[in-house]
Amino acid sequence: MTPRIYIPGDSGALALGAEKVAKAIASELAERGIEAKIVRNGSRGAYFLEPMVEVATENGRVAYGPVKPSDVKSLFDSGFLTGGHHKRWLGSPDKIPFLAKQTRLTFARCGINDPLSLDAYKSLGGLKGLQNAVAMAPIEVVNQVTASGLRGRGGAGFPTGIKWKTVLDATADKKYIVCNADEGDSATFADRMIMEGDPFVLIEGMAIAGVATGATKGFVYIRSEYPHAVAVMNKAVEVARKAGVLGLNVLGSPNAFDMEIRVGAGAYVCGEETSLLNSLEGKRGVVRAKPPLPAIQGLFGKPTVINNVISLASVPIIMDKGAAFYKDFGMGRSRGTIPIQIAGNVKFGGLFEAAFGMTLGEIVDDIGGGTATGRPVKAVQVGGPLGAYFPRALFNTPFDYEAFAAKDGLIGHAGITVFDDTADMLKQARFAMEFCAIESCGKCTPCRIGSTRGVETIDKIASGVEPEKNIALVTDLCNTMKFGSLCALGGFTPYPVMSALNHFREDFKPAPVAEAAE
Amino acid sequence: MTMQPASTEIASRTAAIIHEMKGLEGPLLPILHGIQEEFGHVPQDSLPIIAEALNISNAEVHGVVTFYHDYRSHPAGRHVLKVCQAEACQSMGSDAVAAKLKQLLGIGFHETTRDGSVTLEPVYCLGLCACAPSAMLDGEVIGRLDDEKLDEIVAEVRS
Repeated sequence: MTPRIYIPGDSGALALGAEKVAKAIASELAERGIEAKIVRNGSRGAYFLEPMVEVATENGRVAYGPVKPSDVKSLFDSGFLTGGHHKRWLGSPDKIPFLAKQTRLTFARCGINDPLSLDAYKSLGGLKGLQNAVAMAPIEVVNQVTASGLRGRGGAGFPTGIKWKTVLDATADKKYIVCNADEGDSATFADRMIMEGDPFVLIEGMAIAGVATGATKGFVYIRSEYPHAVAVMNKAVEVARKAGVLGLNVLGSPNAFDMEIRVGAGAYVCGEETSLLNSLEGKRGVVRAKPPLPAIQGLFGKPTVINNVISLASVPIIMDKGAAFYKDFGMGRSRGTIPIQIAGNVKFGGLFEAAFGMTLGEIVDDIGGGTATGRPVKAVQVGGPLGAYFPRALFNTPFDYEAFAAKDGLIGHAGITVFDDTADMLKQARFAMEFCAIESCGKCTPCRIGSTRGVETIDKIASGVEPEKNIALVTDLCNTMKFGSLCALGGFTPYPVMSALNHFREDFKPAPVAEAAE
Repeated sequence: MTMQPASTEIASRTAAIIHEMKGLEGPLLPILHGIQEEFGHVPQDSLPIIAEALNISNAEVHGVVTFYHDYRSHPAGRHVLKVCQAEACQSMGSDAVAAKLKQLLGIGFHETTRDGSVTLEPVYCLGLCACAPSAMLDGEVIGRLDDEKLDEIVAEVRS
């Protein structure tokens, strides 16, 4: 048997030197005259172990990581092709604690095989959901998704099945499925990982959405900052088209569905669904007022399902294993699993898919292992640039849409940024306003102008100009932005600002002036 | 001085890109991406040609081009270095990374070195948040930036 070596081609692994490792392994193979197949898989998401190289042995996969190019010679000397021991040896990847503790439903296949091998996808249960869907009536598919309790993973948490039902019930000559892959929130990389590591699951999810609603055309709108994901998705669509997963007869059924990959142009606000639709239409990415809902009048005025990558990628397993299976995970009204992205100043950073309900403290301290710098955790921002900063005092909050809302926070796209005690929360609050000013589409005055006034007012607080008065002013401004903006950019920028102000008030006191010597 | 293609040449290359993309639904962004890839920026001379071909006003095309951060009105340097300045990278010292790069290259954000070797830009998230701080050099991603990696980057763009 020719040995198989798996070296991730995921951009997170590439950023940590996977390409150099792959080259070193290839040249070492040539030098030693060993025949082996190098497979470029996606990442399993344990970024603290990337580049993580795996070899297929008689006793299953054996992982090594993090591998540096300088480790390669000694890996061969240690007989790593048969799982030999080495200082980078990690054993079976399924038994690495960070991965073993997860409940992988959406990410079940991510990082295991060549992302562009449809055979590998099928060998691990791929396309079963779509096969089931094409054999059902559209309303049955919609009902199954509704019954699973799946809610929009982009951040808003709106029930996916209800959105689909609205599109199914709408009559039009054309309907669209739009996948929001404009993953601009800092600390989030789940969309990128799945597009690079298991693109067919997204294609399958979109095809199911098409079958369920009568939509025949899909668009994936991917941000331009993700060139690797764009490349993989484009290739995967080609493969799926050739194999009859997409086209006039999806899997041989009478359902037609095809899709296109589109690339954004660096506007954060296009992650907001109506801005995204305008951008797809070739307009400025300005927010639209709702109603009309995109489900009634969306892309080019047609009924449109617009869902986040993870929402759509979670559909195949629901259609494969059933609504009850999926719904069985989770707590309260948050059903199923959520891919939590642990990022920033953290020891064990990466993607951790788990059922809803873990506490923030468990995620940050137990799974994440605290900060990378070894200093105490001061704050964590949950939900990206529009999410609240939580202090340790709120670490008992369970990961659940409603529980976070009750503490004036949000889950968003489930990214968590960890900060150590050197973080200056006034600076973070100022950045939230600054970012809003850079990225505002300009439609709503509180967002467009309020953000700039917010930066100026926080600067006054920093330099000790009437701090109490200016804190009251920022609070009032946040209130105006929250209620006077059409979308989450202006509406949620107050979350990081107000949480920093409420939980870390000491950082908003003017710096003590050094007293002159008497 | 960078050589600018003559406007007739811009017109014919623009027309070719439009011809290729015009059949798409919502073709404007793909056309602009194609033009930027072709010329390294979106030349002013291209805009009326696009407007004419898509039957929209010059103002609409101008509005779209200027809305998106990605479209350049002038060519960038030979290399483009984007440094992430979003929260996850901030938590790992992206401020210091940016300051050091500015000092080593002698330019600020949105500027190009005088020899035209590199343009430095901030970027708000590359999705490498578990490998912070991160950057992208000509589309290649680099994570866990440290002094050694910054020196390597600077040496590469200067070579």
